[in-house]
Amino acid sequence: MSGTFVGMPAFPEAARDAVRDTTLRGTLRHATHTIRAKRAKAVAEVSDWAALREAGKRIKDHTLRHLDRYLEQLEAAVTAAGGTVHWAADADEANRIVARLVQETGESEVVKVKSMATQEIGLNEALEAEGIRAYETDLAELIVQLGEDRPSHILVPAIHRNRGEIRDIFRSEMGRWGRPAPEGLTDTPAELAEAARLHLREKFLRAGVGVSGANFMVAETGTLVVVESEGNGRMCLTLPETLISVVGIEKVVPSWRDLEVFLQTLPRSSTAERMNPYTSTWTGTTDGDGPRVFHLVLLDNGRTDTLADEVGRQALRCIRCSACLNVCPVYERAGGHAYGSVYPGPIGAILSPQLRGTASDIDASLPYASSLCGACYEVCPVAIDIPEVLVHLRERVAQGGPVTRDGNKVVLRPARGHGAERAAMRAARWAFRHPGALRAGQRLASRTRRFHPRTLPGPGRAWTGSRDLPPVPAEPFRDWWQRTHGGKDGGR
Amino acid sequence: MRVALFLTCVNDTLCPDTGRAVVRLLTRLGVDVDFPMAQTCCGQAHYNTGYRHEAEPLARHFAEVFGEYEAVVTPSGSCGAMVRELYPRMGERARAEGRGDFLARTLAPVVPKTYELTEFLVDVLGVTDVGAFYPHTVTYHPTCHGLRALGLGDRPRRLLEPVRGLELVELPGADECCGFGGTFAVKNADVSAAMGADKVRNAASTGAEVLCAADNSCLMHLGGTMTRLRSGMRPVHLAEILASTEEEPAV
Repeated sequence: MSGTFVGMPAFPEAARDAVRDTTLRGTLRHATHTIRAKRAKAVAEVSDWAALREAGKRIKDHTLRHLDRYLEQLEAAVTAAGGTVHWAADADEANRIVARLVQETGESEVVKVKSMATQEIGLNEALEAEGIRAYETDLAELIVQLGEDRPSHILVPAIHRNRGEIRDIFRSEMGRWGRPAPEGLTDTPAELAEAARLHLREKFLRAGVGVSGANFMVAETGTLVVVESEGNGRMCLTLPETLISVVGIEKVVPSWRDLEVFLQTLPRSSTAERMNPYTSTWTGTTDGDGPRVFHLVLLDNGRTDTLADEVGRQALRCIRCSACLNVCPVYERAGGHAYGSVYPGPIGAILSPQLRGTASDIDASLPYASSLCGACYEVCPVAIDIPEVLVHLRERVAQGGPVTRDGNKVVLRPARGHGAERAAMRAARWAFRHPGALRAGQRLASRTRRFHPRTLPGPGRAWTGSRDLPPVPAEPFRDWWQRTHGGKDGGR
Repeated sequence: MRVALFLTCVNDTLCPDTGRAVVRLLTRLGVDVDFPMAQTCCGQAHYNTGYRHEAEPLARHFAEVFGEYEAVVTPSGSCGAMVRELYPRMGERARAEGRGDFLARTLAPVVPKTYELTEFLVDVLGVTDVGAFYPHTVTYHPTCHGLRALGLGDRPRRLLEPVRGLELVELPGADECCGFGGTFAVKNADVSAAMGADKVRNAASTGAEVLCAADNSCLMHLGGTMTRLRSGMRPVHLAEILASTEEEPAV
């Protein structure tokens, strides 16, 4: 498996292999069902969960509505606290800024805190091209990096790997990156964690530059917040001389008080913990404590364009908890890689086609990667109505319409490959506006029912490949109703 | 009360037994039910596939056909949710697109008076024991739009429990989607089929003879999966169970 999502096929095609991989299905089923049940329990303990959810939604909506103001306030506060703020319009610009900052320190390697923003922009690959090695230090990201794999989950990116596979990766790959795995390593979780601890410890102690993202940025004080379970993040945030944080502009919140809400909803939604083990906060630089140089790279990369869309902008409320992935029946069967992005699952299906646009096969297919069952919306701690956005993006793909790209308003044309569907929808609309035509069609189906095949050719195979067709009745209901006057004539 | 049956286009065409069952059931409970012949489709498939503008004339047609009734009853959680949840949203979107209030005003009257069947029975008629007889082991699948969009809650269960002769058994993973999802079933056929097969296996594990739900589109997908997997079970709409009596039992 390659470490890139470029040139991914459309979702149905990418999901097909995962559906047939019984080992993967078993691993994903076990993992998602376990965390699903734990989350439900952790959320049920909180009596004011509905109010917290509403508060989280409103704080995010308010901040997004005044994003320009809060970002400028944040920049001023970070600068006053001794940090330097950089603005990156897209992935390339952010990568160039980070590479230059690392080069200016004279270092050729960095240690990384688990970060979705740096995954989104492909920072590790960009740094490698500049001769800089980036070491992932989150346990699951380490597994993905050592295995030259791609993340398949936001919170647990190696969810598609079982213990035996992880042991094999550690045994064969750790030596190439640094301290090898201990002799006779087994697949017990304690031994695997110890192997990772030993491997990473030498990197923490040696590193001159740390790279992170952030879960939140507090505008009033310029404070960044990282929420984690392992403590490896805190090592990267405190030990190196230089810290570079790459953060999406939607991660800002107005005040410390707002954290009260998210520090309750995020851990319970993601890891089902009442409180996460490590919450690191830092404000610029502090003499004699932690990094002496701090850079904040504020990343747009499609976010301002997304913000311009009235329906789609709610996706920017996302706090990356992964609860929607863990309850999604489609994610459970298709796995994370099929989504062709570092953001898999339901949130990925509405985020990727907005951040990247709908031009590629994978991005145009993502809005359809859902049965619209609504389980994702139900668990979302910031109440993102994911089904609503999915349908909205389907409309964008199938019908085209106004969107904002690189700050400019453009009108998209309908995507290719939807012509037959569009014609069918129009024909159906016409028939449904003319009850007589509908009735003629129903009668034709009823009278020819003995000739209906059990399986269909062509596109119909998508149904009959796994399911029998429903039998067509001898007469439609409306004929029975008319014939018997609503059953009053005793007809059955 | 002037009550209209909105059967839905799928039931009208493919599941007339469900329509007859609703008519029998409501008539037995003293409701004078009418079936306006001009009814067609609520527009859900259009809307959810991304053709909102094609769905609009169908929604207006719905409002014209059913506007004069005091209540509209439908034996479909998803079509009920289309009217109640998505018609108001269509009106709002039209307004946001600068097309004025016309659509919102046209659709508004039918929204609050459209009821899914179990809502109508429990909330409007105030009955849970409808005098039914159905001597079979049944497991119940709460379909997603009924469960999450309409919030039907325990209404179906409260209606099934008093049915004489019926043994209700718990469905493992009941609140998980069956994988139908309208056009999802063909656009993502592999994932849809995997979800359907898991649902059927869960249902078969209960030992029930009948898988009951209050939405025939999901049951069409599950029924087709059941015969393909030779599970030995059959799908039955809730209305057909509730309509069944000792004098006139369902088959």
